Amino acid sequence: MSPQQAASARDLVQASSRQIEGPLLEVTDLHTHFRTDRGLVRAVDGVSFSLQRGRSLGIVGESGSGKTVLSRSIMGLLPKRNTERSGSVYFEGREIIDLPMAERRRIWGREMSMIFQDPMTSLNPVMRIGKQIGEGLRLHLGMSKEDARATALHLLRDVRIPEPEKRLDQYAFELSGGMRQRVMIALAMACGPTLLFADEPTTALDVTVQAQILDLINVQRRERNMSLILVTHDLGVVAGHTDEIMVMYGGRMVEKAPTRVLFANMKMPYTEALLNSIPKIEDPSHTRLNVIPGRPPDLVNPPKGCRFAPRCSFAQDRCITEEPPLMTAEHPEHVYACWYPVGSPSHRARSAELAANAGAR
Amino acid sequence: MAGTGKAHLRNNDDVILRVEDLVMEFPVGHTGLKVHAVSGISFDVRRGETLGVVGESGCGKSTTGKALMMLPKPTSGSVMFEGTELTSLSPDDMRAARTRMQMIFQDPISSLNPRRKVRDIVREPLLIWKRGTAAEQLEKVDALLEEVGIDPQRAAESQAHQFSGGQCQRISIARSLVLDPSMIICDEPVSALDVSVQAQVLNLLEDLKAKHGLTLVFIAHDLAVVKNISDRIQVMYLGKICEVAPSNSLYTEPAHHYTKVLIDSIPVPDPDVAIHQVAIEGEPPSPVAPPSGCRFNPRCPAADDRCREEEPQLRKVGSGHFVACHHPLIGGEAPVAVRR
Repeated sequence: MSPQQAASARDLVQASSRQIEGPLLEVTDLHTHFRTDRGLVRAVDGVSFSLQRGRSLGIVGESGSGKTVLSRSIMGLLPKRNTERSGSVYFEGREIIDLPMAERRRIWGREMSMIFQDPMTSLNPVMRIGKQIGEGLRLHLGMSKEDARATALHLLRDVRIPEPEKRLDQYAFELSGGMRQRVMIALAMACGPTLLFADEPTTALDVTVQAQILDLINVQRRERNMSLILVTHDLGVVAGHTDEIMVMYGGRMVEKAPTRVLFANMKMPYTEALLNSIPKIEDPSHTRLNVIPGRPPDLVNPPKGCRFAPRCSFAQDRCITEEPPLMTAEHPEHVYACWYPVGSPSHRARSAELAANAGAR
Repeated sequence: MAGTGKAHLRNNDDVILRVEDLVMEFPVGHTGLKVHAVSGISFDVRRGETLGVVGESGCGKSTTGKALMMLPKPTSGSVMFEGTELTSLSPDDMRAARTRMQMIFQDPISSLNPRRKVRDIVREPLLIWKRGTAAEQLEKVDALLEEVGIDPQRAAESQAHQFSGGQCQRISIARSLVLDPSMIICDEPVSALDVSVQAQVLNLLEDLKAKHGLTLVFIAHDLAVVKNISDRIQVMYLGKICEVAPSNSLYTEPAHHYTKVLIDSIPVPDPDVAIHQVAIEGEPPSPVAPPSGCRFNPRCPAADDRCREEEPQLRKVGSGHFVACHHPLIGGEAPVAVRR
């Protein structure tokens, strides 16, 4: 079989396994708690959302907000031991939260796959690149050794690795960080998954390479009609690369909206604070940065009301006692959890007060 | 971009650090090949100034930072710090000189001893150099911990792993200040931190710099971060300096094509501007066999035969603004046809 034939055989397999109706992924009231010596860590604490086919979702939050645990819970990558999970993860029309390992392995790679942050430690150091990419193809799609190799070469071309023939017989340590991440992407896309997770895919890379990798993920997503969940702490990264954004804080979803709606009209003071803490290249040097005081909450004993209240400049008594539910904003797909959202009268009054204080100082 | 030349060096008394023709090469096993990590760079830092050093992985920015501390001693070149030539000091004298220049590193957790109490880690330099009585030492340590926002009581009882990454970086900063140095070399101090914590640490460094009269060399790959904290920025590529400029003019009028690429690669947190353009393809070539002429020529949109043969020298294009490029974006003799 020529590489072209192998590729078209692969496309056929992808097309036949794909359903057309309904959202691709529906997560309902997902909880993931870890039993530790200190007590129960509520890493993900009741998150619900759905993702349509071919769409991309960015999940944003600080370290410890639960964004990585959420993506791993959906994929089922967490150890069973000392983990308590509840809720529902509906994928391609079936419940997958409690799938036995054998069935889960059939989903991994073929229907959902993940690109990890550190490409060095996620690749097998003692297996040649070609064989590593071919492994999934042989296992899931039953390809012969030769076809798998031909398809691996095709994939390496797709991710625009220079000299792809040479790379097939190299090891991960012989490649640069950017090239390793390209191999990870080829590996994740090999069996034509419908859902791709990218967990901080560019955090370990240089800015120039980061732009290339984000662009590559997006091009491939559109060409293959994949859905994408992009997990990152950088609002700058998700702004240009996702259709929707979910902001997480303390194990909860605190705001979610289509990307443009979110940036035009953010409601959660947390989202705004996160955006304002990024140094802006157009600001003159030595511009004082806006900080979020304090640290993310301890997920063993999260605050009783709004989890962000202890760090929020706009918090009032109600925020400390009563947890805000998810409310819908002017745009029907925009939800947020805040009693005194950005733009509300009390928020505006407090902003004026803060500005006056800052001026007086 | 090969950037040799010293046109940008300043001649006055308040220059605290002056580096000339710094070369750092490392052998590759027993192959006889060499990694040309830093290839003849010259720069200076004025007292009280913050110099930002920016560039991609492998540009030699961290090697430069370590070479200032003689970690290890450079292959050749001169490092004058507070009037002393560091490259010719004996090991003992160099140890003493390092009390005046301290360093903070990228990974705050692994740069603190995991087995010791944090307060003892911060105090150790004072014990080694026998500064003051025990009571004076503890008083100084506690004051510094307070200043960086760490509870001294907790620091006396806890080890590094009991603190978050941002807190560990604060502890590293306190440790670097305890001997009252005049200069601190910060090697990617905020790269491993969340944006919210990054902002806290950057503000803290600004405050401490003002309060203790420090001079900073701030090394990072994120131009927006470097611009925020620096007075002047030096852009490096493959062991050479491309451009040196005051922070604000570097952004408003980049002269080097590589600087422009770095600026264009920064992700903008606004969906309306983020219509994405990849600013540059490929990755830097190997520093074992760097390109001839300007080292940026294989990736540069304006490169011609001259760039492949002749190494450009740093020359002035504006006030305090120097560039090593045959066809700079500003200040060139004639406009250049740029292929894109």
